[in-house]
Amino acid sequence: MLFKTMAAAVALSAAFAGSALADTVKLIDVIELSGPGAPAGTNWKNGSDLAAAEINAKGGILGQKIELIHYDSQTNPGATRAAVQRAVDEDAYVVLGPIFSGPISASMQITQRAAVPQIVGGEAAAFTRQGNNYIFRTSLNQADSMPKLANYLRDEVKAKSVAVVWINNDFGKGGRDAMIPELQKRGIQIAADIATESGQADFAADAIKVKNANADAVFVYLNEEESARFLRAARQQGIAKPIIGETTLLGAKVIELAGDAANGVKGHVGLLVDAPKPSFAEFGKKYMDKYGFTSDHNGIKGYTAVYTVKAITERIGKFDREAFAKALHGARIDVAQEPGILIDTKWTATGDVDRESFLVEITNGKPVVKTTLPMINP
Amino acid sequence: MDQFLQLIVAGLATGAIYALAAIGFTLVWQTSQTINFAQGEFVMLPAILVLTAAHVGLPMWLAFIVGSAAFILLFGFGFKRFLVEPMQRHGVLPLAIATMALSVLIKEAAKNGFSAEAQHFPSLVPDGSVSFLGAAVSARDIAIFVVAVAAILGLQAFITRTRTGRTMQATAQNPTVARILGVPVERMILLTFLINAALALIASYLISPVYLAKFSNGETIGLAAFIAAIVGGFNQIRGALAGGFLIGLIDNLAAAYVSSAYRAAVPLVVLVVVILVKPEGLLGRKEERTV
Repeated sequence: MLFKTMAAAVALSAAFAGSALADTVKLIDVIELSGPGAPAGTNWKNGSDLAAAEINAKGGILGQKIELIHYDSQTNPGATRAAVQRAVDEDAYVVLGPIFSGPISASMQITQRAAVPQIVGGEAAAFTRQGNNYIFRTSLNQADSMPKLANYLRDEVKAKSVAVVWINNDFGKGGRDAMIPELQKRGIQIAADIATESGQADFAADAIKVKNANADAVFVYLNEEESARFLRAARQQGIAKPIIGETTLLGAKVIELAGDAANGVKGHVGLLVDAPKPSFAEFGKKYMDKYGFTSDHNGIKGYTAVYTVKAITERIGKFDREAFAKALHGARIDVAQEPGILIDTKWTATGDVDRESFLVEITNGKPVVKTTLPMINP
Repeated sequence: MDQFLQLIVAGLATGAIYALAAIGFTLVWQTSQTINFAQGEFVMLPAILVLTAAHVGLPMWLAFIVGSAAFILLFGFGFKRFLVEPMQRHGVLPLAIATMALSVLIKEAAKNGFSAEAQHFPSLVPDGSVSFLGAAVSARDIAIFVVAVAAILGLQAFITRTRTGRTMQATAQNPTVARILGVPVERMILLTFLINAALALIASYLISPVYLAKFSNGETIGLAAFIAAIVGGFNQIRGALAGGFLIGLIDNLAAAYVSSAYRAAVPLVVLVVVILVKPEGLLGRKEERTV
């Protein structure tokens, strides 16, 4: 009798456990919650939490609630590898993140081997050029952004020479290597080519070098905190030439940290809550209401990454990692079809994204969109 | 020439911060014969405490007062009373290891209790540049240099020209004899720790607008100040002062003329050379101990 009761209890608990598992789909964020990437990771985490809560409130994906777990990559390639391996071992349906390109390059082979799709926030050109069918971006590839910026420097800024300041990691080196040939192709001279370090605190010497290079413009390609420190140092040293950058330089966190020193900075931005799109404004308000500060582009990336999982899974009609990866290659998700995607987005055969982007100037501490640039291949 | 002059000014400003922190190493060494490996975190923390006070709703001026008072109480009085005193009787090494543990504790507490992200810290000096010997140099660099040097000169005057200061010196040189002569040794040691906390406080308020307030700032400042104290002479305030300025200058000149990647390595090379050639430091005093 006792044996029968115990067997029934075990069977019942197994059935409940099975139903609990069947009712959720596990997404695991591996993101930069500490270290130099903490501002980016925090925004991504908040954005992805917001999306998961919204989707769950409406019944989840194919009737299954999202179980969203966050692991800290510590902005460190070794810790990222361990966290991605853990995510794969814990049977993540899709791995989300990381954001920094170095940790992505160091860890993406793990999801590739396990055939688990990974949607990342990195912009370095290299990692979607390695034949990995399971890696997907949430933002524009550097190689696609830099020609737009180089055109802007030639046509709008009328720069004949540019000082390039970059951060010596995969993100910065990738940006620098993509930008310099684009500038040279347009006849723009490189007046200074200045490498800086990740986590660098003091930018006085770099700002002094930039100032004395006497270029027509300064192109800055650093991570968030370093961007803010450089802008403050540039203001201190009295650099009056136009400072131009890519998405990170014009992000909300950089503006907050740099204060007045961010005013006048111009550049190309892939995603921002102040873009002239009602969907961005609505997201920006929801984010502000929940977290009390303005989302940067990484918040949007985290949010849209979760909605990408939803849209593609609903499109294939099942939770199948291989079918998911196959369907996302070449996919296009429009806002009309899935409002959570915020902006019409296409994925190429290599996992890169194509979408509209924006030329922006920081005015009175706010990014103001000057021009909307079209998709590369609409 | 303009670039060189600008780098010298920036280097002297950075060096003045290193000197403030390095003098802290010297003061603790002189009174307790140990190395405070949490010195960098002592410079990081006051800014975090001020911002924490501001986040709970205090106006900024009151946040500065509350943050400063809390820091002096915890890491001037508390550091001496609850860490140095109980550990000192067990020897120099356990005390040094205890300060390493304190360093980790402060850093993690700042990260988890406040934020892992850098935060804006208000500057007491307006942005912009001023003309100096024909070159445009940072107004903030000059202000940092002036304030830090004023603090150091004030300390030097206090130690050499006041009765209390001379009593502190006597305590540092030989506490046993000082006690026999009626010097309140414990009170003098406490005063030294309070001065160390005050110097760290000044360094924190000067550097945080530049570095941004972040839990990890102590790593950079602590290492640079430690190198500065050894290069200048660990047992002499004037040595820590000279070492601070020297390392600040080398740091900035290396970033400009070598590369940012190697800027951290150049002071270490100087450290190795000084240890090999003049182990007591450039302005240090030779010490012998019976072991």
